[in-house]
Amino acid sequence: MRLMKRTSWILGIVAIAILIAAAAGRSKNFSSAATEEKPAAETAIKIDNFTFSPVTVTVPVGSTVRWTNHDDIPHTVVSDDKNSFKSKALDTDDSFSYTFTKPGTYLYFCSIHPKMTAKVVVK
Amino acid sequence: MPDKPKDEIVHDHNHDGIDRRGFLKCMAWAGTGAFCVMQGGVLKSYSLSALAGLTKKQTHGELSFVQISDSHMGFNKPANTDVAGTLKAAIDKINSLPTQPGFILHTGDITHLSKPEEFDGVDQLLKSASAKDVFYVPGEHDVLGDDGKQFLERYGKNTKGSGWYSFDQKGVHFIGLVNVMNLKAGGLGNLGAEQLEWMEKDVKHLSKSTPIVVFAHIPLWSVYPEWGWGTDDSAQALSYLKRFGSVTVLNGHIHQTMQKVEGNITFHTAASTAFPQPKPGAAPSPGPMKVPAEQLRSVLGIRDVNYVQGQHALAVVDSSLE
Repeated sequence: MRLMKRTSWILGIVAIAILIAAAAGRSKNFSSAATEEKPAAETAIKIDNFTFSPVTVTVPVGSTVRWTNHDDIPHTVVSDDKNSFKSKALDTDDSFSYTFTKPGTYLYFCSIHPKMTAKVVVK
Repeated sequence: MPDKPKDEIVHDHNHDGIDRRGFLKCMAWAGTGAFCVMQGGVLKSYSLSALAGLTKKQTHGELSFVQISDSHMGFNKPANTDVAGTLKAAIDKINSLPTQPGFILHTGDITHLSKPEEFDGVDQLLKSASAKDVFYVPGEHDVLGDDGKQFLERYGKNTKGSGWYSFDQKGVHFIGLVNVMNLKAGGLGNLGAEQLEWMEKDVKHLSKSTPIVVFAHIPLWSVYPEWGWGTDDSAQALSYLKRFGSVTVLNGHIHQTMQKVEGNITFHTAASTAFPQPKPGAAPSPGPMKVPAEQLRSVLGIRDVNYVQGQHALAVVDSSLE
């Protein structure tokens, strides 16, 4: 009788433990489902008529920005500090992407036509 | 319809009591040119159509060379899908000049994307030019991706720094400058301290009667800063040339002919052999300008320069490829 009672307790505890674990697992699934929603959309900047547009973009940390050249003449995308990012010469319809992993204000320009300046603000 | 050349601008070359005359502006952005020459102390001008009727004595200089610019080998967009063809037409034009030039100056943007095959293409075409000596300075399109390494490998022999140098021909002192390297955000063309220092020393001991020709890609005067058509530190370079009687500055980059006189210095920008660009402010941006196909060759061109020893100025003739 006592053995059965103990066994019942143990079974009960195990059952509860399993339930708790399952519940925890499920909620873990819920939370990871929340973080696993589709990745942040790329921010597009177009290069047209010797202008970067939009000339200022603000993006969250971890965002990717993609520049596409629509001009008949090549342009580059070079950060003012010359260290953060530096594209090769982009001919018409070429693109360049960069993922901003650190916050800050990134001034950049076209090194072929240095009057073309713009900035990315990363928060 | 292209503009007719404007009449008569007053041209001041009277540092030594030379009789002044107005002279025809050498070229509007399209169309014919004028031949301007100082002879016997008098500034004479002849329209290009009359050139055929001039005697050799009237046009012949002791020094003769041609400037070409902005061949952009590799460009293939609507503004000109055959830049090799128009470069060849320019070379044919050079080869048909009444006085064969001693050499060619190429003021940069030889290539469009600094690709080896683009450099090769221009070299190949220039082999058919009557003038075998070609002197280069790079444009911003010639130094892409490698900080000008390839340009220097090909054309940098006997040059300093990023490719500047000087040489003498028949008593005229030529200075090739590089103003397309290390450009700063928001800036214009740039010569830099090292090059300026070199230039100051280079001209220091020349007699002030030595005619000087400076050639560089981006204009050394402020044509239109909004479009990057100027050089941040050119004033310092030009200050070293103040004492000389005759200074000619030849530039490219803007793909149209323009001229300006400032004291003893005459500035000329050249047409491209590839495609034209809009006049300052006449378009949203300075990109390649499309013109009707039958007009294209009339807005591309070469420049013939003649110098007669003892004369004050170099005779400059701009002609289109037609």
